[in-house]
Amino acid sequence: MADRYIEPDTPELRARWGNFAWTAENAEKAKDIIARYPAGRQRSAVMPLLDLAQRQVGAEENTQGWLPIPVMEYVAAQLDMPIIRVVEVATFYTMYNIAPIGRFHVQVCGTTPCMLRGSDDIIAACKKRGMKKGHTTPDGMWSFTEVECMGNCASAPMVQINDDNYEDLTPERLDAVLDALAKGETPKAGTQEPGRHTVEPSGGPTTLKQMVTENHDYRGEW
Amino acid sequence: MLADKDRIFTNVYGYQPWNLKEAQARGAWDNTKDIIAKGRDLIIEEIKASGLRGRGGAGFPTGMKWSFMPKQPPLDHNGNPKPSFLVINADESEPGSCKDREIIRHDPHLLLEGALVAGFAMGARAAYIYIRGEYIREAETLFAARDEAYAAGLLGKNAAGSGYDFDVFVHRGAGAYICGEETAMIESLEGKKGQPRLKPPFPAGAGLYGCPTTVNNVESIAVAPTIMRRGASWFSSFGRENNKGTKLFQISGHVNKPCVVEEEMSIPFSELIEKHCGGIRGGRDNLLAVIPGGSSVPLVPADQIWDAPMDFDGLKAVGSGLGTAAVIVMDKSTDIVRAISRLSYFYKHESCGQCTPCREGTGWMWRVMERLRTGDAAVEEIDMLQQVTKQVEGHTICALGDAAAWPIQGLIRHFRPELERRIAENMPEAAE
Repeated sequence: MADRYIEPDTPELRARWGNFAWTAENAEKAKDIIARYPAGRQRSAVMPLLDLAQRQVGAEENTQGWLPIPVMEYVAAQLDMPIIRVVEVATFYTMYNIAPIGRFHVQVCGTTPCMLRGSDDIIAACKKRGMKKGHTTPDGMWSFTEVECMGNCASAPMVQINDDNYEDLTPERLDAVLDALAKGETPKAGTQEPGRHTVEPSGGPTTLKQMVTENHDYRGEW
Repeated sequence: MLADKDRIFTNVYGYQPWNLKEAQARGAWDNTKDIIAKGRDLIIEEIKASGLRGRGGAGFPTGMKWSFMPKQPPLDHNGNPKPSFLVINADESEPGSCKDREIIRHDPHLLLEGALVAGFAMGARAAYIYIRGEYIREAETLFAARDEAYAAGLLGKNAAGSGYDFDVFVHRGAGAYICGEETAMIESLEGKKGQPRLKPPFPAGAGLYGCPTTVNNVESIAVAPTIMRRGASWFSSFGRENNKGTKLFQISGHVNKPCVVEEEMSIPFSELIEKHCGGIRGGRDNLLAVIPGGSSVPLVPADQIWDAPMDFDGLKAVGSGLGTAAVIVMDKSTDIVRAISRLSYFYKHESCGQCTPCREGTGWMWRVMERLRTGDAAVEEIDMLQQVTKQVEGHTICALGDAAAWPIQGLIRHFRPELERRIAENMPEAAE
């Protein structure tokens, strides 16, 4: 299991987050989420609600968002669950941040398929910019984590920053993405390889070439 | 090479929009009502006859899995019939695997239609698609595609005009590899930690909320409507006996052009690499080893993999497996011990902590692997490591313990001289 530590439950934390409540928009979303599961099984909604809560905290703080204990208690009360069951879920799944986090969460994949394509250089490039694994930079901009396989192996190496993936990275391409984010721009997500669309062989697909230019219907050829 | 007209995932690269209108123009949701009208038994017979084996790794025959669902629903303690559920496993987290992502973000309607066909065939009331948490944009597409299908009357009450009521829900995970295990996925769907359950009872008897449940991989479900439209004999015309159909291969690592491509089962490794991936980086002679089915299967050295047919039996014959058909290619520049050690770290990180052999063993194996990487070990420790992998393998509730053991066993089987060389040279400078 990963080395993760939950932010202690202090009076300051309670003062800041003790009054947490859904925004009107998120209250609607929470209702929709709970309705996805059978009556009496509302506990199933704990994962999507924690995600929603993390995003709301993030929106308030202008960070990726995290889950203070009072926020978990709020979710537990809504779902009629013991708080420990919610904390168990929040600590088990790595995408829930259980301690404060920065504006951008730079998650570099370091598992073997990315490693073979040069994720060492990507991690080095992050360190060169002052990032340290498991830490947030002093200006609160960058939190850096090495994560396990993100399922972008055919366009490795990659990084996920908050909600977007940036694939086919080199240190220079990563720098360009991070510089753009720092300036408040929205860099193009997906592959950073010039001319590559998604996961076709670089330089153009070897199959399904008709699909490149038109929505081809192959049924006529069956 | 598979002809384009015989590919199921024609928009796999996403050159065209994923939306309903475009998907229908490509053939998705084409007369789904007629497929449903064939009835449960006929659909299951057709899928059985097609030879489709589960695409999530284990390769269990899909039609047979569906047939395990009870024909008459069991009763709850009030005497009311329990509903049945289909759970679609989109928790694609096996290192090397990246196919379900392409299906979901570029052809989600094939998956949704498959959910209806499969759900009807097994008598399910609803399907839950469990998509891994990291697929954030992909999940957004899936939610939107689902809404399109509902708005068009293809899902929900009287789905696609078939007279059958069927709901599809999307559930996002939150970053736990173990939730790809079917009973861990069910636990997670119930709002708990994703720790696998003991079997029996099997999910077909008591799964989600204690109701009959079948868990299928995204690709297994998404190919079903096309098989029904084109017939079992079309699908089974590809691949060798017992290894039928088409398959999305995902090639990563040291090839000139990594990619995802749909091909015939049983395509030789060499053809897959030469035709679609621009060959091995530095040429064929530069190939060291291949992990042919995702991180959980043992590696295969270059000379044994080159002509091997890429299917369940062909890769079993070289001591490995097809898994999810995630082909990780390693050339001679690879630090092979580090490559496998990094996988050991992965399993250490992802062990759910429920069973002692796995919780303790994965960490122990990783630490020994790290010492073997730099040669800071005794030769006897290679055998000790081998023994420990055997003590983890088969002694845990789920297969994560096995999956952690096999890559190390493959390394020792094929690269023992390399391990011994490092110990002999004891290379402290290789350490970080």
